[in-house]
Amino acid sequence: MPKDDLKRVAYYPGCALEGTGHSYNRSTKAVGKALGLELVELKNWNCCGAMEVKNVDPKIQTYLSARNLAIAEDMGFEKVMSPCNGCYHNLKKAEYDLSHDPASAEVNAQLSTKSGHATYQPGKVETIHALDWIKDAVGEEELAKRVKNSLKGIKVANYYGCMYTRPRHIFPEKDKGPGSESTLKPHFMDDLLAAAGAENVDFPLKTACCGGAHALSDSDTSTKLVLNILTTAEACGAEVIATECPTCHSGLEMHQVRAEKVLGRKTNVKILYFTQLLGMALGLSARKVGVHENFSDASSLLKEKGLG
Amino acid sequence: MPIHERSLIRPENLVTHENLVIDGVDVSGHWSTFITSRTVTDYNEAMEEEISALPGGEHINRCWQCGSCTNACTVNAINPEFNPRYWIYLIRLGMEEELLRDKEILWQCVSCNKCTYACPRDVVPEAVMKATAHWMELKGHTPKSPSTHFDESFTGSVIATGKIEEGQVMRSFFKKTGQPLNQPWLIALVRGLVLKFPITLLMRLGLSALIRPRTSGWGRTQAALNDYVSEVEARNSKALGLDGKGKH
Repeated sequence: MPKDDLKRVAYYPGCALEGTGHSYNRSTKAVGKALGLELVELKNWNCCGAMEVKNVDPKIQTYLSARNLAIAEDMGFEKVMSPCNGCYHNLKKAEYDLSHDPASAEVNAQLSTKSGHATYQPGKVETIHALDWIKDAVGEEELAKRVKNSLKGIKVANYYGCMYTRPRHIFPEKDKGPGSESTLKPHFMDDLLAAAGAENVDFPLKTACCGGAHALSDSDTSTKLVLNILTTAEACGAEVIATECPTCHSGLEMHQVRAEKVLGRKTNVKILYFTQLLGMALGLSARKVGVHENFSDASSLLKEKGLG
Repeated sequence: MPIHERSLIRPENLVTHENLVIDGVDVSGHWSTFITSRTVTDYNEAMEEEISALPGGEHINRCWQCGSCTNACTVNAINPEFNPRYWIYLIRLGMEEELLRDKEILWQCVSCNKCTYACPRDVVPEAVMKATAHWMELKGHTPKSPSTHFDESFTGSVIATGKIEEGQVMRSFFKKTGQPLNQPWLIALVRGLVLKFPITLLMRLGLSALIRPRTSGWGRTQAALNDYVSEVEARNSKALGLDGKGKH
C-alpha cells in the first residue's frame, strides 16, 4: 500500500556510494526521480562505521550512526533511506542499541555533547532500505504500470546478502506476516523486479555471505564464498545477479576476476544493482543508471535483451 | 578394531606398539591401537572473565553449547576447523592451550551474523569471535591479523575525517600488511579498470589524493573519539591485567 510520507525522505548515501558503489548512488537517484520520489541528502553526514569500526569498539559505531540519525531529525525528517546494506544495518543497530543498552546510550550522549551537537534519542527517525522505500512509496502495482521497457526474458538471481536481514532483532518491522519482509526468505527485491517483468530464478543463496568484510584481508575465503554464489546462480539459470549492497556488489565483481585468475574458474553471470534493472525498466538508458561504471560488463547482455 | 572416532583424535595421540605384552597378553600391532590418555591441569581460569570484559564478549556465559552457531557458520562450511561452538566451550573451561591451536584461523570470522541469528541464547557469537581474536592479539599470542590491520586503517580514516576514501584505506592496509601489489588478480582488476574508465579513474584517483572526502566541522568529534579510543584501550588493557606493561 503506497504511503504518502515516503514521497520525500532523507537520503543517506554513505561512503561506498561515493566511491566504488557510485553506480548504485546514480541509479537510486535516477529511479527516485523517474518515480516522482524526492530524496534530500543528509547535510554533512559521516561514515556509519561500516563493518570495521565495531571491531575497535561497538559503541563508536553506535555514535557514528546515531550522529546521522540526529542530522535527519534536525532536518525535520522521520524517515531516512539508505540503499547501502551496511549503512542501513548500522543505523538500525544504533536505533536498537540506544533503546536497549543504557551503556551505548551513555557513550552516545557523551560523544554528542563533546562534539557539540544534539544527542539523538531513539524513536525519532526510522531507517528504511531502498527496497522498503520503492515498495512502500510506490508498490508493485503502480510500478508495473510505469514500466516502459519490460525486463521480460531476463533471468535474475536476487541476492540480498547478510546485513539486510541479520540479526533479526534489529529489524522489528520484519517477519510480521503477509506484506512484511522475511528475514529468512527475503522477497522485496524479487517482488519489485517481478513487477518490472524480470524472470526471477529460484535462488537458494539469497542471504549467503560474500565474505565482504574480509574481501581484502582474507581474499582466499572471500573468493571461495563468491565463487559459490556465482556458480549457484548460474546453475539456477540466472543471467544476472541483482544486488542491493555496494560491498556485496564490488565483492562479487572483484572476486569473479580473482576466481578466474587464481582458481581458473570462469563465470559469466553479470552483476547489476537492482536499481539499475528497475531504472532501465522505467525507460532510463543504461548510461543514466551507471551500467558503464560497473566493473562487470553487462552491455552485450542488455543489448541482446533490448535494454539500455 | 577400527576406531570410529579417529577423526576426533589427533594423530600423535594414537599409538600402536611393535612389541608390547601386558600381563602376559600380547597387545602389539595395529589391532590394538591405544589412545594416549590426557590430563589437563593448566586451566586458565581468568580467560573467560578476560574475554567477557572485552567489547563483544559480554554474553559468552549464556552459551549452552547447542551448536547452532557452528551449524549456521559461513566459514565453517568451507573450513570445518572453524568452530565457534567449540571455541566458546574451551574459553568457558579455560583450556587456553587448546584454544591457541586455532589462533591462525580464529580471526577469519566474516561477520555474516548467521550465528547471531541462530543463537537461542543471545550469546552474539560473532562478537565473541572478535573479542577472542582481540584477546589473543592483546595477550601477544599472535600478531595483529590482516583483519585487525584493516579495521584499524579504516577506523583511523573515519576518526580523522568523518568519512572514508576507499583508495586511501586500501593503500594504508596494503602498506601495513606488506602485501605485494603485483598479484596477478589485482593487476587484472586494475587493468580492467584502467581500460574501462581511463579518464574518470585517473580523475577520481587524483582528486581523492588531493582532496580527501571529509565531514566538515569534524574537529571536535575527532578529538572526542580519540579520547574515547584511549579510554577503551586503557580499559581493555586493565581487564587483561596488561596495564603498566606498555602498549601492545
